[in-house]
Amino acid sequence: MDAKAPATAEPLLRVEGLTKNFVIGGGLFSRAPDVVHAVDNVSFTIGHAETLGLVGESGSGKSTTGRCVLRLIEPTSGKILFQNIDVVRLNSGALRSLRRDIQIIFQDPFASLNPRMTVGSIIGEALTIHDLARTRREFSERVVELLETVGLQADHMRRYPHEFSGGQRQRIGIARALAVEPKLIICDEPVSALDVSIQAQVINLLEDLQQKFGLAYLFIAHDLSVVEHISRRVAVMYLGRIVEIASARDLYASPRHPYTEALLSAVPVTDPGKRRQRIVLQGEVPSPMNPPTGCHFHTRCPIRKLPLCSEVVPELKQTSSGHMVACHLRS
Amino acid sequence: MQGNGNAAPLLEIRGLKTQFATDDGMVRAVDGVDLAIGRGETVGVVGESGCGKTVTAMSVLKLIAMPPGRIVEGRILWRGRDLVPLPADAMDEVRAKEIAMVFQEPMTSLNPVYTVGEQIAEVVRRHEGLSRQAALEKAVHMLRLVQVSNPERRAHDYPHQFSGGMRQRVMIAMALSCDPKLLIADEPTTALDVTIQAQILELLTEMKSRFGMAIMLITHAMGVVAETAQRVVVMYAGKVIEEAPVERLFANPRHPYTQGLIRSIPQIDKAAIAKTRLEAIPGVVPSLINPPPGCRFAPRCRYAMAICREAVPPLREVEPGHKVACVL
Repeated sequence: MDAKAPATAEPLLRVEGLTKNFVIGGGLFSRAPDVVHAVDNVSFTIGHAETLGLVGESGSGKSTTGRCVLRLIEPTSGKILFQNIDVVRLNSGALRSLRRDIQIIFQDPFASLNPRMTVGSIIGEALTIHDLARTRREFSERVVELLETVGLQADHMRRYPHEFSGGQRQRIGIARALAVEPKLIICDEPVSALDVSIQAQVINLLEDLQQKFGLAYLFIAHDLSVVEHISRRVAVMYLGRIVEIASARDLYASPRHPYTEALLSAVPVTDPGKRRQRIVLQGEVPSPMNPPTGCHFHTRCPIRKLPLCSEVVPELKQTSSGHMVACHLRS
Repeated sequence: MQGNGNAAPLLEIRGLKTQFATDDGMVRAVDGVDLAIGRGETVGVVGESGCGKTVTAMSVLKLIAMPPGRIVEGRILWRGRDLVPLPADAMDEVRAKEIAMVFQEPMTSLNPVYTVGEQIAEVVRRHEGLSRQAALEKAVHMLRLVQVSNPERRAHDYPHQFSGGMRQRVMIAMALSCDPKLLIADEPTTALDVTIQAQILELLTEMKSRFGMAIMLITHAMGVVAETAQRVVVMYAGKVIEEAPVERLFANPRHPYTQGLIRSIPQIDKAAIAKTRLEAIPGVVPSLINPPPGCRFAPRCRYAMAICREAVPPLREVEPGHKVACVL
């Protein structure tokens, strides 16, 4: 429960200055192409068996960040050090073996499973690719073991994805990720498509698996209460940049960045006696194609000071409270 | 908040059953629902996917595709008049002017080839018989009310030129343009980010105090209900299983499903103090083709007894305004 990553050991994953720009348009006859600054100079670390939560609204760049770590999207610049190996420089062979160590679970359990494959072959595919099962018997024993680990049954292996509910499909996705015994799993909105009662089942499963296998998670979600529940530390993103990182407890108890404050106050609480004072932000998230100058948040910030905030990009700095905050006025 | 004392409720649903014919059999989507909404009251209808909350709302407006759907039984009394046998043209009069609806997905419920001004104006012209010019002015007025900035210009924009939150404002403007007495909002904020969700909930509350309409707020998010509704109806597998004033429901949920639903939500304030394991409800929602006999929740209920699997527990009042369908 430390705000900082454990100082003694080298973190499992260290991301430094990660940037991803998407170029759109720019055909033969059109004007200069537009650039979407999806991820802008993002740095963070994840320790062994730690969960880092990454929250933000749509378009904040959290999913792009997650996918860059696995190089499902090629980063424009920056370093991604996994156990001190720079993922960005790996060739395709080395990348494949890296993916034994880093896996991903997707949001949509309907779109992320091939409808023509049986559950057994979906889960077992990675075993074949990485040569982890020598015989057919070993293969099916391992698949059964994985199914049971995630709370499904052995006879499910011959069925097809459409025969399962959303929560069960998400369990299949988790079993598939576990097949290669990864050290880090990128969880990209793993419970947002599920009903609350099922959501709780999957969150509990993820926590159990972390205990059992010593997994680290990069847990990406827009639901702040879910992230708070599962994470040790939480990073808040706004328009491609991290605006605050702190331990889950500190972040929620005393948010420092005005965006974090507004975001937290916008979450409806399930206590009708305590309809809290909301900070309702004016306007909407600006376009990442043409982000505001200076601090990206200054156009909606209730405490901004011009011209400072509109001119100078605030750095993510350690504050006395142990938070890392990118704000000129709250450091 | 039981309506307005002695006055009859605005909307009263009695024993509603709506079913859909499928290849696999008859789906009993709504299976005997009773629900009342008083004048100016906000009632939250909560439940997970497939519990029948949207089908209940669609049945009120008779927006169910028939076939395969059919209202098999029950009465839907709108200010004392039964809507179920009402012919299509009379139903048209009720829609928009008396009961309006806002849908979850503002992109698919707006027509992409007309400007938003034209779409709002069309509703007004049709239901209030205004001229084209007057209707367009009314549209601009409505857009201003829902705080769309620069409404004169924005009225000429197409839906794709609006963001999700702005589109939902347009939907609300359209729904309120004929001054309905009841607004059915079906997951109005589910597709939106939290900060935008807060804006839309604020807007709904504000519009309510301005127009004084009743709201039936359908959602799966307990937090949204806790913050906006006065009374809450909890549905499970096509039935109402609990109903109570909002404070009562959250302070003292009586049905094991409601209890589970409230406890399975991670709570920001509480979790920060002591990280506890979430209380998940085991199992999955039953099939509505062959629902289990007896209480629909019994297979997932930790308190279930033999009697729960035999007879369907009726919804009974345990204290004034608090009704529960559970034998315990």
